[in-house]
Amino acid sequence: MAERIIELRDISKSYGQVYALGGVNLSVDRGEVVGLIGDNGAGKSTLIKILSGVVKPTSGEILIRGQPVTGWSAARSRDAGIETVFQDRALAVQQTIVRNIFMGRELTGFLGWLKVKKEIEEASRLMREIGFTSKVFTPQSIVGQLSGGERQGVAIARAIYKQADLIILDEPTTALSLTETAKVFHFVRQVRASGRSILFIGHNIHHVFDIADRFVVLDRGKVALTADRSQVKSAEDLINFMEDVAHPGGLPGLHDAGDPGQSAR
Amino acid sequence: MSKTMEPDLHEPSAISGPGNPRKEWKHPSDHWMRGFILDNRAALGTLAVFVVMMTVFMIANPTVFTTWYLYSSVLTTLPVALFVVVPLVFVVTCGEIDLSFPATMGFASWVFALVVQAGYDPFLGIAAAIATGTLLGFLVGSLVVYGGLSSLIATLGMNFLLRGLIQIINEGKATALTSLADSWAYKIFSSQLYGIPVQIFWAIGFVVLSALLYNRHRFGAQVKVVGDNPDSAQQMGIDVKRVRVKVFVFVGIGAAIAGTFSVMINFTWWPTAGDGYLLPVLASVFVGGTPTWGGVGTVVGGAIGAVTVSFIQTGVVAAGLSGFYVQFFNGLIIILSLLGHKWNQARYR
Repeated sequence: MAERIIELRDISKSYGQVYALGGVNLSVDRGEVVGLIGDNGAGKSTLIKILSGVVKPTSGEILIRGQPVTGWSAARSRDAGIETVFQDRALAVQQTIVRNIFMGRELTGFLGWLKVKKEIEEASRLMREIGFTSKVFTPQSIVGQLSGGERQGVAIARAIYKQADLIILDEPTTALSLTETAKVFHFVRQVRASGRSILFIGHNIHHVFDIADRFVVLDRGKVALTADRSQVKSAEDLINFMEDVAHPGGLPGLHDAGDPGQSAR
Repeated sequence: MSKTMEPDLHEPSAISGPGNPRKEWKHPSDHWMRGFILDNRAALGTLAVFVVMMTVFMIANPTVFTTWYLYSSVLTTLPVALFVVVPLVFVVTCGEIDLSFPATMGFASWVFALVVQAGYDPFLGIAAAIATGTLLGFLVGSLVVYGGLSSLIATLGMNFLLRGLIQIINEGKATALTSLADSWAYKIFSSQLYGIPVQIFWAIGFVVLSALLYNRHRFGAQVKVVGDNPDSAQQMGIDVKRVRVKVFVFVGIGAAIAGTFSVMINFTWWPTAGDGYLLPVLASVFVGGTPTWGGVGTVVGGAIGAVTVSFIQTGVVAAGLSGFYVQFFNGLIIILSLLGHKWNQARYR
């Protein structure tokens, strides 16, 4: 069996009286692409924040490669080989591409002085690697001058720099053009081919269905379904399932089984 | 026709010079001078303001502005300002403000005066002052960061509080430190070298070191990122609170050095030491081209801003105008600088 990179056991998170997550179990093995789907408010964002260490769970256990962790934080998560491409991309737009790629992970030498030259070299290499070859920009261009897709490229370059074992992509295709989306898909397949893992979060179920090996459906803070690709025949299956979960009685007019009398109740 | 070849981000003619035809334009990074100008727009803009101002002064009164005495007196007091202007550039870049540095100057230099008065070596006094400044900076920073207070109000409060404490204990009395004149510390930090006040060399060293910290060190890199987007910095594992506290500690250290230097110039410690620096120092930071919104800034620009502000007062009086004009010119330079920087800098969101 493949190595289990991260495992969440019975993770709960509450903000005051409001439960965002109530006992979630989730694991990602080496070399697999897990698609995480769920409606707005299902707890996707909270789950990602917990995985990336930005938020600490109220209760539950996190295991990295089988070992329980204590003192979970964003720095710990990155050190454990988990990189996150956040939905808002988490870029500092007044800074250069180099500074964003090495944010929180500056290449330093003696007494914390930056290895500026090495950073620039590495940044250009990364940008070439992810097909970010625009001649107009250099690693020292300001991120605020870049388009949405190019900014996504910077965020992805930052995530792959350290050869992370698990890359979390939070809604990576939102607001991207078709070619840019294709680039993201190509990237996901590259990462899988190199034996690393991806957690792909998406609103667009067709996108998730196309790319993932395993699907996890989140609903109101709980895992409603975990299914291998072999168990799901089409994206429509997933969509139907999600509708069933969201509206247990079925929606009138959407399903053959929908009973108007029942849902009107 | 050459006009259409000009790139969008063209430099103001005051800096690159109007008689500088660009037949072919290369990529921004291709030409080192263009890259240099683009990277240092704010600092160069500040330098231009300074040069224009000095030219006006020199035309107004050539005799005074060609005598060394004028520059010598500015070079004696300017270093005191530089030691606080530069750390403040870090604070403003980090998205905060520190108005407590005048009291920190007074407090740390008071400790220096106490140690010297007690008969210890002034070097020990300097060490004690810097330790005091570090501690006060840490206190103010922790209050703002861990107390979750607005740095504008909290540091203003701390300024009054610390100054009040100094005044209560000293009851307004000054301390004369005549023994300083014979000490080694005075020779090293406050005498003259070939007629040039040595303070300025220390201050230049401090500015250069800080500029390197700002541009070539992890500290500066993290300060900029935290000021630019604290949420992202946190998501990327940067300890945002720690970085914020560190910039206040840096101000504390700078203020301690500044306070000590000001005492060594006068051989006297006053309970009001540092008070007069609040507004000129703040003005210098923004005249220097560091914007108020955080994330970007310039240490060298701030230093040039301090030089500009220092010369306004001396210059206005030397140019033959009465002292009543000083405030007016101070304000004029600040407003013109801000307008210039707004036009000179692009803001990205």
